[in-house]
Amino acid sequence: MSARAQYGFAPGGVEKRLVGVVAVSVTLIAALCIVGLSIGLLGHFTLEGLPHVTWEFLTQPPRNNNTEGGIFPAIYGTVLLVLLMSILGVPIGTITALYLSEYAREDSPFARAVRFAVNTLAGIPSIVFGLFGLGFFVQFVGKGMDRMLGHEQIVWGKPALIWAAATLAVLTLPVVIVSVEEALRSVPRLLREAALAVGATRWQMISRVVLPHALPGILTGSILAVSRGAGEVAPILFVGVVYSLPELPKGLTSQFMELGYHLFVLSTQSPDVEATKPLQYATTVVLLLLTFALNLTAILIRSRIRHIQRVS
Amino acid sequence: MAPALEPKIRTFELNVYYGYKHALQDVTVDIYANRVTAFIGPSGCGKSTFLRALNRMNDLIPSARTTGRVEIDGNNIYDPSVDVVEVRRRVGMVFQQSVVFPKSIYENVAFGLRLNGRIPKAELDELVEHSLRRAALWEEVKDRLHHSALELSGGQQQRLCIARAIAVNPEILLMDEPCSALDPISTAKIEELIDELKSQYTIVIVTHNMQQAARVSDYTGFFYLGRLIEYNRTRELFTNPQRKETEDYITGRFG
Repeated sequence: MSARAQYGFAPGGVEKRLVGVVAVSVTLIAALCIVGLSIGLLGHFTLEGLPHVTWEFLTQPPRNNNTEGGIFPAIYGTVLLVLLMSILGVPIGTITALYLSEYAREDSPFARAVRFAVNTLAGIPSIVFGLFGLGFFVQFVGKGMDRMLGHEQIVWGKPALIWAAATLAVLTLPVVIVSVEEALRSVPRLLREAALAVGATRWQMISRVVLPHALPGILTGSILAVSRGAGEVAPILFVGVVYSLPELPKGLTSQFMELGYHLFVLSTQSPDVEATKPLQYATTVVLLLLTFALNLTAILIRSRIRHIQRVS
Repeated sequence: MAPALEPKIRTFELNVYYGYKHALQDVTVDIYANRVTAFIGPSGCGKSTFLRALNRMNDLIPSARTTGRVEIDGNNIYDPSVDVVEVRRRVGMVFQQSVVFPKSIYENVAFGLRLNGRIPKAELDELVEHSLRRAALWEEVKDRLHHSALELSGGQQQRLCIARAIAVNPEILLMDEPCSALDPISTAKIEELIDELKSQYTIVIVTHNMQQAARVSDYTGFFYLGRLIEYNRTRELFTNPQRKETEDYITGRFG
């Protein structure tokens, strides 16, 4: 009588079981590492930085060559930059996604070219966007505007808030396009057909059924773009951010301070790096909190819209 | 007595292809006004494709290609000069799953009415009520018109879809397996409704339920492998099928 017949099932070999145990352990350890890393990272910065995040720190400009005082101009500049970036980038991204998902035929050469461009854009290192921003927005668009408007002095053709926001908008465009397109595609085909079946035009279907249904997804796309943009330093290096500026930006052509760049300045460009350590930690905490707050707000808006859609 | 027998829809050598798949082959048929016409057949036989060809819903499928003619009151709806939106306004459709919009009951019915610009509220109220009454739903929802349509049961949602379809006052009503997701009581209600609506509309229904076809329809067509095998008065088709495939299908030998 064979072993199989005797036991009903062939007994698993030791080797097989060992492979199973090893596989589980390795994957579990990898997962634990990730959890540990993020807890360690957040914990370290919070413990070191949070005590230094005082009211004064949040509301005062830096003093004494960035070794004392607060970071209010950097917070203000970051928020302004990110808002302006969203205003410039989200509508263009949404409209592009609308074209790709609703109007373009899947196999049209133009749609393929657009997709290829989007993917390429997503893979470009962010410092390259910075150089592009300087060459295109500042030198070409800005200088061109000055010439056309007949300015004696340079008004637009220099690094400025608007060009930094435009550069970041280009950087985050792929994020917006991809996530909005996904949101649009997730609108059930039946819902579209139901709208068309009662005599809706394509645009009526899009504006009355597809867009409202995809709105939470569109917002998610904007959130992702904002978080991505808020954390980037390299693209804005050449196009408007400055080392230190006691006053707040007054308009689109002002220069500005930004949290990420300020952190870089504090930790590498300061005459006394040791002395600014508390400031560095505190700035990091503020940057993290700001990103979290932006995300949280958007998530709340999204769930609120979902809720409203369900009941109305 | 029903009105005289007049063809409302006539198709001539209608073919639909999905890519290389020949889904509908040379269908030539007359569908009569103010009658209920049912199309039966096994899954994938082309009956839904045929129905969707009657309001150009297949246009939405990128790989779909249609040849031949579909005439409604003598006008070919595939003529390049025809406005497809106008076609769909005149040819309403009810789907297999009840597709309600995530809006209120009232707004679901008003959806099609609002597409043609602003309508005074009193008039809109009246049209919504009228449509809901015709769909035999008014009594059940009149106290909660502004509640979400998603609160309704499956059968109620399907009647809401019928109300939405008839609100824009179409001439033809296409129904794509409208009861396949419903329980027997809801199904009975919809069938009753179909019987009432046929005085005013030309109804074309696709169903895989032969008893349903026999109960509700005046004419029945049998589709098999993309072809219309047989088309006749419902009683004739079920009691005296002329083709072997039809007989095999209705006696349950396949499908």
